Amino acid sequence: MTFPRLQRRILLYMAVVVIALWVLVPLVLIALAAFTPRLELYRWPKTIIPSAFSSATMSFFLRSYGTVSSLRNSVLVALLTLGMTLVVGAPAGYAVARYVFRGREAFRLGILMTRMFPTSLLAIPLIVTFIRWELYDTLIGVAFMHTAMALPFAVLITSGIFSGVPKELEEAAMTLGCSRLGAFVRVALPLALPGLAAAAMFTFVISWNEVFAAAILTVHNRTLPAQVLTSLEVAPLDFRFAGGFFMIIPAVIFMALARRYLFQMWGGAIAER
Amino acid sequence: MNRTQVTRWLVSEKVLPYWLILPTLAYVAAFFLVPLAQALLLAFRTEGGQWTMRFFVRMVEDVRFFDALKFTLILVAIVVPLQLVTALSIALLVNTRFRGSRSFLYICAIPLGISDLAAGLIWFSLFTQHGYVNSFLYTLGLIDKPIYFLSTQNLGWVVGSIVLAEHWRATAIVLVILVAGLQMISRDYLEAAEVFGARPWQKLWHVTLPLLKPSLQSALIIRTILALQMFAVAVALGGRLVPVLAGEAYYWYYLYRNANVASAYALFLMVISLLLAWGYLRFLRPREVRS
Repeated sequence: MTFPRLQRRILLYMAVVVIALWVLVPLVLIALAAFTPRLELYRWPKTIIPSAFSSATMSFFLRSYGTVSSLRNSVLVALLTLGMTLVVGAPAGYAVARYVFRGREAFRLGILMTRMFPTSLLAIPLIVTFIRWELYDTLIGVAFMHTAMALPFAVLITSGIFSGVPKELEEAAMTLGCSRLGAFVRVALPLALPGLAAAAMFTFVISWNEVFAAAILTVHNRTLPAQVLTSLEVAPLDFRFAGGFFMIIPAVIFMALARRYLFQMWGGAIAER
Repeated sequence: MNRTQVTRWLVSEKVLPYWLILPTLAYVAAFFLVPLAQALLLAFRTEGGQWTMRFFVRMVEDVRFFDALKFTLILVAIVVPLQLVTALSIALLVNTRFRGSRSFLYICAIPLGISDLAAGLIWFSLFTQHGYVNSFLYTLGLIDKPIYFLSTQNLGWVVGSIVLAEHWRATAIVLVILVAGLQMISRDYLEAAEVFGARPWQKLWHVTLPLLKPSLQSALIIRTILALQMFAVAVALGGRLVPVLAGEAYYWYYLYRNANVASAYALFLMVISLLLAWGYLRFLRPREVRS
């Protein structure tokens, strides 16, 4: 009986290794490409490990016209999105987690239904509205758009996080003399803070990664993905590789930091409809 | 009621939740319903205010329209089932709780944070003329000159590389939903099946999968809707060689500055999304549990 069992174990770990490599190898390759000397990128055949590591490709990308300003724009838009999303969405998440009120299920369902909207259906009509409101080609305009995209997630995610903070603790604080608001600020908020920070990181990543709306709603004030997308046709290989690598760095770091909350937030929010 | 009573009622625990969801409701109304109305106006009305089908006619008569529709549907039809099978296999693997399964799960979830554009560029570095795949095949002695994977002559390869990139990038979201779904299944059912002598695949087919059906349905709907909007991956790998519907919406505005036809494309995409979602809900309804 032990032999087939051992065999099964070996098979299992082989599958695990193959799948992990399938995820990781492309990431390693783009990192290698981003630090390969520029000329070597065009050589045939290209060696997988470059003869030398060079920062020339990355510095070419960072020195390219528009990169630095688009980088700054991306960070600003993502921070604005994060702030607006949490300010607007977290109270709703709290309400869904704490209160049983008429229309709660309809509200949850409506929030989920917004995911049916294609990004293009939000972004293209907003061009007209934004031109009228003088928000076209502004960072705050893009942030408004990204907030609309991140808000449904933020509501569901924060409701999951507040559900994890026992209601009884808040009630205990209130019997000890805290006001409703005081109980929230002193008891629920500190306990929910790590989860909220993780939710903030995901909001940041949603905005940082978004390309369609950012490219449509801006002309000069492009975010990084919009800048890379619109330069693709004329961009040399090194620009594309460095750009691709650069865009994934913060995303991967944030995912690693917030990994503990990953499943609670995404899985829980979506799986239990 | 006098004034103080009204004030007290307005801040009572009964009314409080409505105040809390009000900002979200207002925001959703402003940024979903207004754009929807605006899109209808853009797509069905001329500058002069006359109702027209002209923009839809222009969309359908465009040389790229049927290609875009065809490629979008082909990509969705290949990518989504592939992702479902891959994610389900990984989720079941993780669910055996082997040593290191948590780290394995995190590794598989990394692409969750990677944008479509970046994923497209990553796979571009593999499939480009002097890319890693060509160099690797050459080193193995399988080819003597590079294959032009991403060119007009090899549209099949372009589609294939888009499938690979999209599969690599977005399987994680399906995985996360399925892992969460599996965790909600009580072990009691599986133990009961074991008592009755069920073999592993019987447990999978008759217990796990039926109980997982709601999660599978959610994952299927979400992935299909997102895959229909596929855009940056296709652009990064093939430019406009393989046109897709979302890409055409983008180009109609970005290149031709025509928000009317672009809106027509966006509405068309929305209609397809709704039809498919409705189809899934209608035909994949979880069987009612009879008591």
